[in-house]
Amino acid sequence: MIRVAWLVARKDLRIELRSKVLLWQVLPFGALALLLCGLALGPADAGHSRAAPGLFYLVTLFVALLMINRSQAVEQASGTAESVATLGMDPAGVFLGKTVALAIELWVAAGLLLAGTVVVLHTSLVGTVHALPSVFVTLGAMACAGTLYGALTAGDDGPATLLPILALPAFAPLLVAGERSFSAALHGGALWEWWVIDLVALAGYVAIGVLLYGVLEE
Amino acid sequence: MNKVTQRLLGPLTLLSLVGTVFLGLWVTPKATMHDGGGDLVRMLYVHPALAWVALYVSFGTTTIASALYLWKRTRSATMDRVAYCAMEVSVLFIALTLVTGSIWGRPTWGVWWAWDARLTSTAILLVLALGYLALRRANDDPETRARRSAVYGILVALNVPIIHFAVTWWKSLHQNATVLTVSGKVSVHGSMLWTLLLSFIAFTLWYFWLLRARYRLEVRSDDARQSHLAAAVAERQREGA
Amino acid sequence: MTTPAVQLRDVVAVQQQFPLLSGVSVTLAAGSLTVVTGANGSGKTSLLRLLAGVLPVTTGEATVLGVDLLRHHAEVRRRVGWLGHDGSFYADLSVEENLTFAATALGRPLDDIVPALERVGLAHRARVRTKDLSAGQRRRLGLAWLLVRRAELWLLDEPYASLDDQGRQFFDGLLTDVQRGGATVVMSAHDTLRSTSLAPEVLVMAGGRLVEGS
Repeated sequence: MIRVAWLVARKDLRIELRSKVLLWQVLPFGALALLLCGLALGPADAGHSRAAPGLFYLVTLFVALLMINRSQAVEQASGTAESVATLGMDPAGVFLGKTVALAIELWVAAGLLLAGTVVVLHTSLVGTVHALPSVFVTLGAMACAGTLYGALTAGDDGPATLLPILALPAFAPLLVAGERSFSAALHGGALWEWWVIDLVALAGYVAIGVLLYGVLEE
Repeated sequence: MNKVTQRLLGPLTLLSLVGTVFLGLWVTPKATMHDGGGDLVRMLYVHPALAWVALYVSFGTTTIASALYLWKRTRSATMDRVAYCAMEVSVLFIALTLVTGSIWGRPTWGVWWAWDARLTSTAILLVLALGYLALRRANDDPETRARRSAVYGILVALNVPIIHFAVTWWKSLHQNATVLTVSGKVSVHGSMLWTLLLSFIAFTLWYFWLLRARYRLEVRSDDARQSHLAAAVAERQREGA
Repeated sequence: MTTPAVQLRDVVAVQQQFPLLSGVSVTLAAGSLTVVTGANGSGKTSLLRLLAGVLPVTTGEATVLGVDLLRHHAEVRRRVGWLGHDGSFYADLSVEENLTFAATALGRPLDDIVPALERVGLAHRARVRTKDLSAGQRRRLGLAWLLVRRAELWLLDEPYASLDDQGRQFFDGLLTDVQRGGATVVMSAHDTLRSTSLAPEVLVMAGGRLVEGS
């Protein structure tokens, strides 16, 4: 399982490094979305850091949806799915590998978006750095869930529209936990309590993914 | 469900619902609660029972049926149908929970909707349930549809404990647990308590009555699909003749 | 008596409520080379996909390489090689990277990759991304993929498409070698005249069933 996970993660990351979809398409979208958030708040509130954690996670959710779709699209290219199916790889390993690759991509995106929140939404640098561990944990849970929901919609009619309906409600508790802990890092308050939600979700999704990813791939 | 149980389900459901309505409207007293008073308290005999059925009974049925479908020994079209029908009925009960919650909330909190953790989580559950139905419609192949729905049914169940803990973890405007408090003391008394318990039984029975009706409909749909499939195979074979 | 490579009895395969196969019965000997022909939509590709374990059996009995396809399709998948007429690889990975991925996934020796590329005439394109290959070169990559994975059953969907005359001659030579090496080959083709020069066995499909051949 670990061998397959490592193989799949390396493959996905190599494909991403070559295609640079994250760099040239997703990150510009994320940066623009942050700017639009500032515009939507209005001139009086655009520079206020109170709304920043929620806006950061909202933008990250949309970025995550794009990356999840991308992760599945790579496997669903014409003929690829069937050829890869004949490799008979351990589905649990495939799930873990795709999750790790997606998590790394989300962490990279989040790192750059956090820099954006410091600049555009005026969050404090120190507070934002303190929020990093909770951001990584939240996005790790999101990557696990995203890989599962991506596999659920792969090949269906309109996966691009089905994925948000399925995934966003499930991401909502992660968004709340992430926003609360980011706010706590910026403005004080209980930070570590919110990790419980992330860690429970992470454990749950990993367990379900390891046990049931093969069912989705059949 | 054996035949005796099936025959009794409808009458018992009707009886218990009528009993709940009668007791709730005419027998139990108006009461002063800390957030509302008068006749508003009668929502106590509707909303909590709906929430109980929506969040635990119906979702629990979907989750168990989904798990049984995924386990190879118990995998069958029956389990897939039960999970699907249970989720459809769940949508109704979750929607009713939100509507009755809003009706209670308006005079109590002054707004139809408040960003309370429990209300918000229940609304999210409604969208999750609708997502299950959307997933079913996105795939025509029965086996693929059944497998994906079953996995999604398990995933949805992850959120139910989050709702349960939301009331205690998050700041909440919501009424705290009414029948049993954290210390285990019962806080609703007398005829109100019995009516409340009867409402739980009534709505649970109603849920299973609806589930059975919906399941029967689904069996008929599946039978029609099977006969279409047999005709399609015969037609395909004639192509080659 | 050696176990047949393929044994199907009254196999029906349904997808999206449509019977792709409507009752196929066939036995193919181990080490044989079989061509499946028929009009478009007759079920040729579906038959190959079923043998590869990627199209589920709805009803009927199916044994591939001695393994029950209904119960152990994962094992069947690892032992067969599928070459579809679409590209079968990750477009952004190079030729060598795709083969390394497949070989590592299957636990095959990586030393087989270079000889396989040389055998199919792609050694000079090892570092090229598959999306930059021509259609004929992608087909050769597919053959290299099958060589590397040491498939016991080769399933080739219209392998002559996109090949020029030289490519077809090369392909015929490769198939003959593969068959001599003990693998069983089943391919679909429109070009029966060409393919029957190679194959003693021809199956004709129509309406999701075999109408000629065993």
